[in-house]
Amino acid sequence: MLVSYNWLKEYVDLDGIQPDELADRITKSGIEVEGIESLSQGISGVVVGHVEKCEQHPNADKLNVCQVKIGEGEPVQIICGAPNVGTGQKVPVATVGAVLPGNFKIKKAKLRGEISNGMICSLEELGVDVKMVPKEFADGIYVMQEDAEVGKNALSYLNLDDHILELGLTPNRADCLNMIGVAYETAAVFERKLTLPKPSLNESDESASDYISVKVDDFGDNPYYGAKVIRNIKVGPSPEWMQSRLISAGIRPINNVVDITNYVLLEYGQPLHAFDYDQFGSKEVLIRRAEAGEKVMTLDEEMRKLEPHHLVITNGTKPVAVAGVMGGADSEVSDETTTILLEAAYFKPSIVRQASKDLGLRSESSTRFEKGIDRNRVYESANRAAELMAEIAGGEVLEGIVEAGPRFVDPEKVIVRGERANKVLGTNIETKEIHEILERLGFSYEHENDEFTVEVPARRTDITLEEDLIEEIGRIYGYDKIPATLPEGATTTGGLTPSQMKRRKVRRYLESVGLYQALTYSLTTKKKANAYHGLATEEEPAFISVSMPMSEERAVLRRTILPQLLEVIQYNQNRQLNDVAVYEIGSTYLTDEGNLAKHPNEHQKLAAIFSGLWHFHPWQQEKKPVDFYVVKGVLDGLFKKLGVSGRIEYQQVKREGFHPGRTAIVLLDGKQIGVIGQLHPADQKEWDIKETYLFELDLDIVFDTDVEPVVYSALPRYPSISRDIALILDQDVSAGEVQSGIKAAGGELLKEVSIFDLYEGEHMDEGKKSVAYSLTYYNPEKTLTDEDVEKVHSKVLSYVKEKFNATMRG
Amino acid sequence: MQERLMTLQEEAVEKIEHASSLKELQDIRVEYLGKKGPITEVLRGMGKLPAEERPKMGQLANEVREVITTKVDSKQEKLEREELDRQLSNETIDVTLPGRPIRQGNAHPLTAVIEEIEDLFIGMGFSIAEGPEVETDYYNFEALNLPKNHPARDMQDSFFITEDLLLRTQTSPVQARTMEKHEGKGPVKIISPGKVYRRDTDDATHSHQFMQIEGLLVDKNIRMSDLKGTLTLFAQKLFGEEREIRLRPSFFPFTEPSVEVDVSCFKCNGSGCSICKRTGWIEILGAGMVHPNVLEMAGFNSKEYKGFAFGMGPERIAMLKFGIDDIRHFYANDLRFLEQFKRA
Ligand SMILES: [Zn+2]
Repeated sequence: MLVSYNWLKEYVDLDGIQPDELADRITKSGIEVEGIESLSQGISGVVVGHVEKCEQHPNADKLNVCQVKIGEGEPVQIICGAPNVGTGQKVPVATVGAVLPGNFKIKKAKLRGEISNGMICSLEELGVDVKMVPKEFADGIYVMQEDAEVGKNALSYLNLDDHILELGLTPNRADCLNMIGVAYETAAVFERKLTLPKPSLNESDESASDYISVKVDDFGDNPYYGAKVIRNIKVGPSPEWMQSRLISAGIRPINNVVDITNYVLLEYGQPLHAFDYDQFGSKEVLIRRAEAGEKVMTLDEEMRKLEPHHLVITNGTKPVAVAGVMGGADSEVSDETTTILLEAAYFKPSIVRQASKDLGLRSESSTRFEKGIDRNRVYESANRAAELMAEIAGGEVLEGIVEAGPRFVDPEKVIVRGERANKVLGTNIETKEIHEILERLGFSYEHENDEFTVEVPARRTDITLEEDLIEEIGRIYGYDKIPATLPEGATTTGGLTPSQMKRRKVRRYLESVGLYQALTYSLTTKKKANAYHGLATEEEPAFISVSMPMSEERAVLRRTILPQLLEVIQYNQNRQLNDVAVYEIGSTYLTDEGNLAKHPNEHQKLAAIFSGLWHFHPWQQEKKPVDFYVVKGVLDGLFKKLGVSGRIEYQQVKREGFHPGRTAIVLLDGKQIGVIGQLHPADQKEWDIKETYLFELDLDIVFDTDVEPVVYSALPRYPSISRDIALILDQDVSAGEVQSGIKAAGGELLKEVSIFDLYEGEHMDEGKKSVAYSLTYYNPEKTLTDEDVEKVHSKVLSYVKEKFNATMRG
Repeated sequence: MQERLMTLQEEAVEKIEHASSLKELQDIRVEYLGKKGPITEVLRGMGKLPAEERPKMGQLANEVREVITTKVDSKQEKLEREELDRQLSNETIDVTLPGRPIRQGNAHPLTAVIEEIEDLFIGMGFSIAEGPEVETDYYNFEALNLPKNHPARDMQDSFFITEDLLLRTQTSPVQARTMEKHEGKGPVKIISPGKVYRRDTDDATHSHQFMQIEGLLVDKNIRMSDLKGTLTLFAQKLFGEEREIRLRPSFFPFTEPSVEVDVSCFKCNGSGCSICKRTGWIEILGAGMVHPNVLEMAGFNSKEYKGFAFGMGPERIAMLKFGIDDIRHFYANDLRFLEQFKRA
């Protein structure tokens, strides 16, 4: 909402209150002023001139030599190129020395041999937005009204000595979508006197009801409809003061009739519609729901298809307007219109909202209906418009208003208790002050004991509960006067849940081993949502897509974080940042067994991705590229941190998008919790990135599993004994499998089995490899003897020989 | 004989003093103190002495031996030390060469900000509550006093998945869910951080996905002054002890009264700068007293219970705190950006 300071001054005494202070105070009390614009934009030296003579320039076809009177002295000569300049006009003249917007200084000039002492201005040259300039002046100078006084400041006639306040209104304050509402608010904030317009009509003897009848099908849709008839209208431009006010509010002047409906819209917040009575097609207004498939050609020359949930104004047979949204082209006011059928109605907000949404038509009118207009100001608005039509368009207002539905409704009563207000706000506002505040707000009320029974004015559709009134009291009282206290009541411990603590632990660990935390988008492309998730099609057949994506890039919810992290690698490697190790913890989304109507399952995942060098210390010639075991080492450490390392298993698998020989699923207690592997070299090429490794884990499963508490185990009191063995194994026997086998066979005495060497290739038989294990034996009860160890160790050896077809090496 | 011993001692001491290597010293040691050395020889020749002189001479010989031994030992120590010094000086390294890098990552700046805020409120007895990002229309809107067709729904265009499911536009549904779980019994004291989604075109100041962190306190005697006090404490801990806050009336469907919360500018201390757009104040939070409808819908008796709620954008706070000028940086994951927040 754009509010003219000068216009507002007509309703509220703003004496001594400058625009800045006005903006500041009403912002603090709840109506945010987002900006103040000075319309004069530094203009000076522009006066009203009278063109006494206007002749063609002797040396230029398109220029005119004008003699313009700009004050007491002799007329000055001004050269003007505008096609619409002419003798007898009153025009805005930028005199020599004047300054126009953009610090454009006017100097004496010579144009094709003729002296020019200034410039006759167009509105655009005076800083008016070209879109707002009335059509007749769009290509030329502005012609002012005849009674403008020569030599006076032209800006005041054009209302350019004004300041415009831009209000950023929250949806609850629709009452400030008009000047009267802003005036009420301003008066309350500054405790100033309010003077509102009181329309007075000179109505003719003839009655409007002889011209028209009104019938409303359903008062639920349309609680009130009023129609007035104004005859003998002369359609033409509206006066300067009205045009300039419309312009300052961002509305382009069209003609007096349309301008009046727009003016009353701005003044009262009441959307009005003017029909050309003679084109209306009947003497009957019927407001009803549209029939399915019914059509109407709206003012913008579009054929609109209607539905039964739309409300239409009809002439008894066919629609002539979509209620509250837009009028029809057939009954539009034209230059030839002489009789106006003026509609002032209250339509149900939701029905207007639905129609404006369906038809894609958002207008100053529909927004106001949607947000709620003043139900009790509809009737007065009709009179105000009729008054203006008589005043500036020569109209004759027929007697009465033809209406359906009650003209006024009783205001809602809401009770606010002083004690409750103070309890909610934490204040000690005295009863006397509450009286004052309610009076400032212009609310009628009764007071008994501690209860204020407030009659909420119909313009304040936002006030329905005691809390709403408490807010009114609080904001007028001043929030800066509310003290700062701390909540009383039982103390709570607060804190993190076990799962939140584990998540922080995971984060700290990963960061401490050198990974950066990334944060990527949940919405992705179908292609990316369909890769690397490792799900069989029958498990997850349906994408979870947003119904109207803003782009293909952000169309469906991710099923895995990995593609997003691949993007991170791609982004960085494209910028020569080759060594990347990042992780992300976030949700992935899967349908509930393919049923899109059901709430999807969100899984908290941890994904990490590695590319380039893991370690690089050039001057000591240390350089370690990332490989599978680097990544596995990170995971192993993580599982230790989480206390589940003994329960983890890696199983070699083949998976779409991963290297067929370098990928494993990760299991916790035999249950799959994730995947680790190398990105398939073909994918790597497609992404155009370097060799890349990744893992992804389902954190929900990992966090939910019970973990043994930390219990200290006694430090060894006796020496342990180590035995190393080198086993020749078939290539397809996994080292880990043998390691577990040894561990199992060694029983209680075998404390630890570690792998310390791997040998493949030369000197080995085809299809064989050598793996060396170190076995540590320990007995917590006594010092082991060689014989004790030998007994177990030989058992282990014979077990592995038999079980894994292993032979001892060397 | 006595003379001979004294000469030997002198001779030996001089040689020891002149010895310049451990080898040379070892030779001296063998020469004088060895079994075939002159002192041994002297002692052997003692048999020729009269019996009464023997003890005296024996003592003298031992004294000489002692002197030489001490001298050799101390010389040896000195030479060894010199030798070590020589050796160590050859081991000198260039201490200005770079150290072996230790890998070290860090949290995303938004996580850093969120954790800082979480911890601040945990200190005041709040818990952290989380909820789904795909929400029902009910929890995202209706339970928050935003019925279907409410004009305020325009404030946040949403990504719908079905008629009833959408990507949450705020973390407030977590508040509604948590309150329901309390079955009408307070206090409820939570902070809910998380991702939210709105139909915005990504640019320097907008992102279709962003973070939010909200707080809720429902109890029997909660007042708006408590909101002011709590947020003052919060602002002072996050932005510095001198910070003040200012409440401005505003509108949110789920609170009544609703306020915007400004914090006095931490850059200019209120005198006006580019960060606060010359107003001295920075808008940081939205807040208010929980709307009675919201309490009732979540099973709380609004006559008995009151509450306050507040919400803020970690992106905005991080941008202010670290001077970041483009919201897209948070989601591009440029390593040169991420690695700047080690200390955050
Ligand atoms: Zn500042």
